[in-house]
This record gives sequence, C-alpha cells and structure tokens, in this order.
Amino acid sequence: MARAELMDFDKALELFEPVIGLEVHVELNTTTKMFSSAPNPANSQFHVADPNTLITPVCLGLPGSLPVVNGEAVKYSISLGLALGCEIAPSSRFARKNYFYPDLAKNYQISQYDEPIAFDGQVEVELENGRVFTVPIERAHMEEDAGKLTHVGGSTGRIQGAEYSLVDYNRAGVPLVEIVTRPIFGGEADTPALAKAYVATIRDIVLSLGISEARMERGNLRCDANVSLRPRGQEKLGTRTETKNVNSMRSVERAVRYEIQRQAAILAGGGTIIQETRHWHEDTGATSAGRPKSDADDYRYFPEPDLLPVVPSKELVDELRAALPEPPAVRRRRLKSEWGFTDLEFQDVANSGLLIELEATVKAGATPAAARKWWTGEIARLANAAAVDASGLVSPEHVAELAQLVDSGTLTDRLARQVLEGVIAGEGSPQQVVDARGLAVVSDDGALIAAIDEALASQPDVLAKIRDGKVQAAGAVIGAVMKAMQGKADAARVRELVLERAAQTA
Amino acid sequence: MSEITAEQVAHLANLARIALTDEEIEHLTTELGQIMHAVEQVSEVATPDVPPTSHPIPMQNVFRDDVVGTTVLTADEALAGAPESDDSRFKVSAILGEEQ
Amino acid sequence: MSDELIRLSAAALGAKLASGEVSSVEATRAHLDRIAAVDGAVHAFLHVEGERAIETAAEIDRQRAAGAPLGPLAGVPIAIKDVLVTKGMPSTSGSRILEGWIPPYDATPVTKVREAGMIPLGKTNMDEFAMGSSTEHSAYGPTHNPWDLDRIPGGSGGGSAASVAAFEAPLALGSDTGGSIRQPAHVTGTVGVKPTYGAVSRYGSIALASSLDQIGPVTRNVLDAALLHDVIAGHDPLDSTSIPEKWPSMADAVRRADVSGLRIGVIKELDGEGFQAGVRQRFHESLELLEKQGAEIVEVSAPHFEYAIAAYYLILPAEASSNLAKFDSVRFGLRVTPEGGGTVEQVMSATREAGFGPEVKRRIILGTYALSAGYYDAYYGSAQKVRTLVQRDFDAAFANVDVLASPTAPTTAFKFGEKMADPVSMYLNDIATIPANLAGVPGISLPSGLAPEDGLPVGIQFLAPAREDARLYNVGAALEQLLEARWGGPLLAQAPDLSSHELTATEEGAL
Ligand SMILES: [Mg+2]
Ligand SMILES: [Zn+2]
Repeated sequence: MARAELMDFDKALELFEPVIGLEVHVELNTTTKMFSSAPNPANSQFHVADPNTLITPVCLGLPGSLPVVNGEAVKYSISLGLALGCEIAPSSRFARKNYFYPDLAKNYQISQYDEPIAFDGQVEVELENGRVFTVPIERAHMEEDAGKLTHVGGSTGRIQGAEYSLVDYNRAGVPLVEIVTRPIFGGEADTPALAKAYVATIRDIVLSLGISEARMERGNLRCDANVSLRPRGQEKLGTRTETKNVNSMRSVERAVRYEIQRQAAILAGGGTIIQETRHWHEDTGATSAGRPKSDADDYRYFPEPDLLPVVPSKELVDELRAALPEPPAVRRRRLKSEWGFTDLEFQDVANSGLLIELEATVKAGATPAAARKWWTGEIARLANAAAVDASGLVSPEHVAELAQLVDSGTLTDRLARQVLEGVIAGEGSPQQVVDARGLAVVSDDGALIAAIDEALASQPDVLAKIRDGKVQAAGAVIGAVMKAMQGKADAARVRELVLERAAQTA
Repeated sequence: MSEITAEQVAHLANLARIALTDEEIEHLTTELGQIMHAVEQVSEVATPDVPPTSHPIPMQNVFRDDVVGTTVLTADEALAGAPESDDSRFKVSAILGEEQ
Repeated sequence: MSDELIRLSAAALGAKLASGEVSSVEATRAHLDRIAAVDGAVHAFLHVEGERAIETAAEIDRQRAAGAPLGPLAGVPIAIKDVLVTKGMPSTSGSRILEGWIPPYDATPVTKVREAGMIPLGKTNMDEFAMGSSTEHSAYGPTHNPWDLDRIPGGSGGGSAASVAAFEAPLALGSDTGGSIRQPAHVTGTVGVKPTYGAVSRYGSIALASSLDQIGPVTRNVLDAALLHDVIAGHDPLDSTSIPEKWPSMADAVRRADVSGLRIGVIKELDGEGFQAGVRQRFHESLELLEKQGAEIVEVSAPHFEYAIAAYYLILPAEASSNLAKFDSVRFGLRVTPEGGGTVEQVMSATREAGFGPEVKRRIILGTYALSAGYYDAYYGSAQKVRTLVQRDFDAAFANVDVLASPTAPTTAFKFGEKMADPVSMYLNDIATIPANLAGVPGISLPSGLAPEDGLPVGIQFLAPAREDARLYNVGAALEQLLEARWGGPLLAQAPDLSSHELTATEEGAL
C-alpha cells in the first residue's frame, strides 16, 4: 500500500494538539469462559489446544444453548474496576451487541452497554521521562471474546485476497474486560509515550491482580487507539480515527505517533480526516484505512434476556477492595526504597517495563543489583535482538538461579551469559545447562596452579617482570591460563594464584 | 411515527443479512407499515414514570462456579453439523469486510 | 388391544406398565402403528424414531424386570416438539434452514423425560421457529386438526397437540411463547400448560423470544399434564433464568381437585367483543359448574391487556431477530452459495433468504427495525414498559382472586389459508394467551366443550400468580371432573375416528 504522507512530528505538534482515547481489552485468566464452562485458552493451562476443542454448545452458539455468567470473572472484573479507581455499579446488566461476523458464533456479542460494571475511574501513569499523568477512565465492562479466523490463499495471509477462511471457536467466549478511557488531553509531545505507558500500567495492574496472563503477543491484552488532532486554539475536537489491535507496547507508541503525523499532513494540506477504523501494520510501521463508520454500525443493543442483572453486595465489593494489591505508583516508590536504587537505576528498570520480573527475581533470591543487571542488560539485549518482550524470554526464577550461580563463584559473568542462552533455548534450568554443557568454573586450585606453572615456565620474562614488581605483567599469564581453561575459571582467583606462584617460584 | 419506506426495509434486510428480492421488499414495506401502525399504540401508555420490565420473573446474581463443565464437546461433535470444514476448523468463503 | 392401548391416558398406561399388564415395547409399538396409520392424514410428526423407540422401550422393560425403581411415566411414549434439541434425532424447529441438523446434545426437558424412562417417539411439527398460530408456517407443510382435517390444529405447537388428539402419543412436550401450547389445546380438545417462566429449563429449546418462551406439557387430561410437569420442572444451572426453588407436586394438586372457596376472576377484557358465541357459551357454562362446586366467580379488569398484543409483537420480533442471527450457514444447518460463489456475507444472506419462510423474515425485519437506532425507545423500550403495566394488572387482580379465567382463544379452529394473507388478524388469535407470557405467570387450557355452531372444540384458560402453578392443576382437575361427568367421558371420545378416515386427505393433496 502507498505510504501516507507524514508531517514531521515536532512540526505537527506546533500546529495541532493531539487528543487520544484508549480502549484496552484484557482477557481474564479464569479457568473457564465468560458464559460457558468450556476451558479458557487465556488461562495458561489451556493455552495450547487443538482447534475447536475448548468448546461447549454455548461457544458455538448452537441452537438452544444458553449463557451462564462465570462468577469468578465477575469478581475479577470488580477487582479490576476497583484497581482503576472506578465506582462499582450497584446493579449492572449485560446487553447484546448485534452484528454478523463469522468469528462471532451467535452473531451478537454479549457485552455491557448502558450499565457497565465499573465507571468513572482514573489511573496514575508515569512516563519514561518521569512525567506523571492521571488518565481518566470512563468505564470498564465485561464481555466475551470472538473466535479466531485464519485467512487461507492469497499471498499475505491477510483478509484481502484470501480464497477462504477457517474458524476456530476456542477463543469464542473468553472473558474480557474492556477498559475505555475518556479523551486524554495535554499529552502534547509525550502523547505516544503516554499511550505506551498507559498500556504498561494496565499490564502492571492486571498482573499484580493476577487476573490475566497479560501477554500482548498472545492477545491477552489488546489496545485500540483513538487519535484526533485539533488546530491550536480550537475548542472543538477533531475527527478521530480508531487504530485497531495494536498488540505490543512498542507498537502502541509507534501507531499513535504515526497517526499524529499522518493526520497532521492531511489537515495541513487542507484535507479532512475520515472517521474510520485503521489497521496497524507491524512490518511497515504504518496504519491503513479500514472500514468507515456507517449506519452498518447500528448494533441494536438491547438487554440480554438470557442473563440477569449483576448486583454485587457491598460486602463483596469491600472484600475485593481490601484484597487489592498496592497501586503501581505506590509500589514503585516502595520498591525503589527497598532496593536502594538511584533515581536513574530505578527509571531504567521501570522504563523497561520489567518491574514485575525484577520483583519476582529478587523474591526468588537474587540481590536487587544482580536482578537489575541481568534484566536490563543481557536479557533486554537478547529480547531486543529477537524483537520480543523480555518478560517472555526467561522466568524470574531462572534469572535468580543464574545470579546465585555467579555469586557462589560457580559461574563467571561470561559463562553465565552462555548459560542464559541455553536456558532461553529451552535446555532447562541454569543448573541443568551448566551440567549439560559443562560450563562450571574450575574451582579446583590444583588444576589452576598446574596451568599457571606451565604458563609461567613458558614465559620466563613475564615471571621476571612480576618479581620486579610490575604486577600488570601478570595479565599475559592470566590470559594464557583462562585460554587453557576454556574460560571456565575465575579470573580474580587466577590472578591471586599467579601472584602467589610467582613469589613462590623464586 | 414516520412511514416505513422500501429503502428502509432494504437497509434492515442488509442489517439482518437476508437477501430479500425486490418483490419481497415491496411486500414487506406494506406489511410492516400495517403492523407498525397496529403496535404503535404502546407509546400511548408507556409514560416516563413506568419502568421497563426485561425479565418476567425478577432475579439477580445468577452465577456459575469457575469449573470446567460436563457439556464440553469433542472437535468431531463440534464440527459434525458444519456445512464445510477442514476437519478441525469451520470453513467459510472469503470475507469482504474486515475484522470488527 | 392396540387401539385400547393408544386410548389410555398416560397415567393409566403408566399404571398398566407398572403392574406388568403391558410392556413398554407393546405400548410403543401400538403408538408407532397408530402414527403409521393416521399421520399421513394428520402430519403431526416431522420425524419418527421407529425401531430406536422400540429399543429404548425394551431397555425400560429390562430395567423394570430387574426391579429398578421407576417413575409413574416410565415406559410411556412421548412426542417432542421439534423446537427442543435432541441428541441423535433431527431438530429443525420447523425450518428449512435446519433441515437434517442432528444436535450433539439434548435439551434439559428432553434429558429429564429420558431420565424418567419415557420413550421419545419423534419430533412434532410446528410453525417455523414457533412463529405462528396455525402450523401453516411450518417449512414442512401444515399439521391437520384431527377434529376436521381441513382446519388448523393451532400453533405454533400444532404438531404436539394434534399428535395427542389423534392418539399418536399419550402426551407431548410443547413450547409456549404467546400461547403456542394453550391455543393448540383449545382448538384440538386437549390440555396444555404453560408453566411459570423459569419453572422448566429453556436449555436446548431453540429460542424464539428468550424472555417469553416456556416449555410445558401437552396431554389429553389434567393429571397427565401434572405428571409430565413434575418430570420436566425444576432448577437447571444451565439456564440462568431457571427458578432455583423446589416445586410442590402438581399431581398432588390434581388429586386435591377442590374449588370450594376458590375465588375465580373473570377478565372483563377477554369476555366480549371478538369472541365467538359458542366459545363464550362454553366458557360461562364451565364457570357455572365451578360456582356450583363452591367457587366464587368475580369480575376483574385488566385495563392494559389491550396493549399486550402490541407489546408482544415488538418484544418477540426484537428478541427473535437477535436469536435467529445464529443461523448463518457457518457452524450448522443450510448453506446456500450464490451462483458463481460469493463472499461469506453474500453466502449468509443467500442462505437466510432461502432458508427462512416469509413469516420468519417478516418478524426478523420487524424486530431489526424495533431495535434500530432512533426507534428503540419508541418501540422496544415502550413495549417493555407495557410489560410492567400488564404485570401490575395481574398483581392487582391476584390481590383479589386466586386464579383468573378466560376463553383460551377467540374462535374455534379456522380453515387453512383463512388468515394467511393478513398477519395482523392472525396475531389477534393470541389475545387471551399473550398476557401470561409477558408477565411470566402460568396458564392452563383445558377443553370446555364443543361450540354449538360448528361442533369444534373450545378451551377455557386459567391463569395463576407466578410460582402458583399448582392452583391451575387444582382448578383444572375439578372442572375436568365436572365436565366429563356431564359429557359421559373425555371430550376427545367425540372426535372423528381417523382410522376410518384413512390417508385420503394427504393423498388427495389437500395441502
Ligand atoms: Mg458470526
Ligand atoms: Zn470490546
């Protein structure tokens, strides 16, 4: 597709004020689906399943089948609402949203319309540059996910040009909470970063609540970004576009930035923005036009007659409120002081979106410094190279084990990096990789001394220099020993021993 | 209330995914007009002070335990009624519109 | 022997099975023979189980021989309205779009019937997706009224009512959204009960209008209805709207059959204009009989009932338009591909165009309209308010009386084709039955005699407050005793003998 004309970002900001609204769909990780007792693929224990095996008559919309609400999903939704600072509706209802699509078994989605379970909240979001925003939440409502379509034929695997499509209804009925913000003003040049930080915050929240696996690459968390621009000094909001299914945090930032630049170019050229859905393309880093809003969007909402109102008791809401984990902002402050990090060090961790991993790693026995070093260092580097999220690469438990192996002297940093690669490659736990690859440090002084003596004997001039007090000269011997040991030696120990032997062999 | 037009009926048929013939649309336009005329009287008594009833027997908080149930189907059972499948998934012809 | 067996009530047959006087295989065979003999003329069935029914019967006979504890209806054959899904048995809801579909699961009432040891004989005909009052809207051709094969058997459950009236089955399951159990009972001289909304699970009942649908018994007498009611009612966790509380025995209420001191309210608005003279005459005679037994008859008013049909014909199509969206050619049922292929949208539209009959399309379009943006408040929203007003009318009436009474429907069975051209006049048929569905209250229709002017059956309807279904069985049983004493036996004994009528009706291609 032809790439749209883009305006320079700074220039766009000069002329226009960006306003965004974000819709995040969270797949809950309950054992079963929202309205049926089928296993829920958004729960990790059922993530791997053959097509159309996590199915009851309800998931297929078979004639005669009826929905029944998963009580646990309701509790999760209330907890999430509370964590978003929302009011919990004393009575809320399900509604049918009617539209035909082959992945929607009943050709209506059970959702909530005028009576969502949670409304009027706000979330504190901290940007990478330290700016803190309060994002207003309009509502959070319960609904069900649709099935999955695979487009076959054509070249791209995309919908255009496909010969036919295949439908797997395993995902149909997965419990969702859709969180809708109010229009977010004042982001200015930070708007793309704000969008990303907001999604990261939602991820932090649902993970700390334990109500979702929150893996964006699996679609557990999906973001639709509404973007509009208004000329400086104008009161009225501009026409917005809705970019659908932006499925990584990095892409959220890029997509918002792209839309700002694209819309600015159109508006500055005297054009108008069409209210439409747009699709984000990870490969090209661009959005493309989708369906314009039309009267085909007449969803004919009406109260779901097969389901009854949800009327949470005050006791239940109080109980769930009391059980809430600390808000991410509070948690950050606490962790920062507990870990004794400098502002810069902490920011480094927070920006990488790895607080949860870090905390879990420390909990598993690593020192905060070691945990930080691994996650923001080697692991982040490998994740970046593979273009995946670091959190999905390796478990905190394995990182802690790795750090301990270094601490105890079993591994050098260099060896540990090799072990990490093995762990990521699926060769097992760090100890298993060490054993299998034979990577442990040679801590047997006898073996080291033998190697040192051999090296000293072959380099008599070096020995003389050391004896003359030119200690730096030891480096050549250390290098030779490390080489002989294939790197599996602790360089500091080798150095100690070299100096010792040099003195002794006088 | 305004009269129903053939264009409206055609639009409704599109929303309801029924490929009505022109003859059917014409027919239905007349019939719908008569039916709507007969049912419009509901607005006479549906004053703002009357609350709507969506369930004849009021109940609330009907929930299910979060436990895998006994109504789970095998893939074979799920696909048995399909007009077309590739043995593990339902098959449909190309999609004009895009994902919702 | 075989003719005797088919004329037994379900309760009597159950007793003979229990005593070992007859086997379930014999009883089932007798009914299958009857179906073979007369269903060509009546066309009550869309599917007959045949040998599989015999196998099921043999299994029950084995269990009985082994001394297994069995209920009062064990071994008794039953017909099932095709609105209920049946595992391994075709389920079409009277529609072409589901032709040949074999569901992978049983509806809860079917499960309960099977657990009670009853023998499913097959699936009965109905108006397509239960939309209609005459069974003329079945995609598979109409059912004929056993009293007069040129007349409608009522609808939508004409098949179930006719199967029972024609002695093809001792009892049947029906569904009632606006009168589809009671109105067919009225025109076929049988008994039909719409239980309190939520008394019987809707799980596996192919939904027409979710907030109105209710499954119930179709029988030849009040005791049989009560026995079947006791089998199918009860909480089902698979239906959120299912009432969790325990129910008293309806069969016990039948055995009470005592109306002394019972206050019966006659609904003024359903006892005048628009009701056929013979229908009203039999209605008032029934009331007099009850009065003589000590019941107190009072007139009550339900001023909002006149809006009930209008509200019903907004709520029903609205819910139906959404419920019927699932018939899209993707997962089950018919698929029609336009010539030269087409997109999935075009396939869906072509399938629904070819698979739905005119009445179904009419109501889907109507419901789509009533829910569409800008019209919701005026139509669906207002109709939901009328629902409140109808409920208030019931509440006010039941503050004064124990049960309400009215004729079940305005006229006796009309002839085929008489009302097909005018949907509004067809809709008026349900004027007396619809209010109960809007309010969720239970209703029974039982025969009150034959209209003198045309010799066709008419029914009387009783309504009770929600959850007070037992009152209907009490008053129904009392009236039935009084009437049968007067008639010298069941009303159906006066029905024409179909076995002599033979198969000529369909062979001549009456319809
Ligand atoms: Mg669909
Ligand atoms: Zn949503």
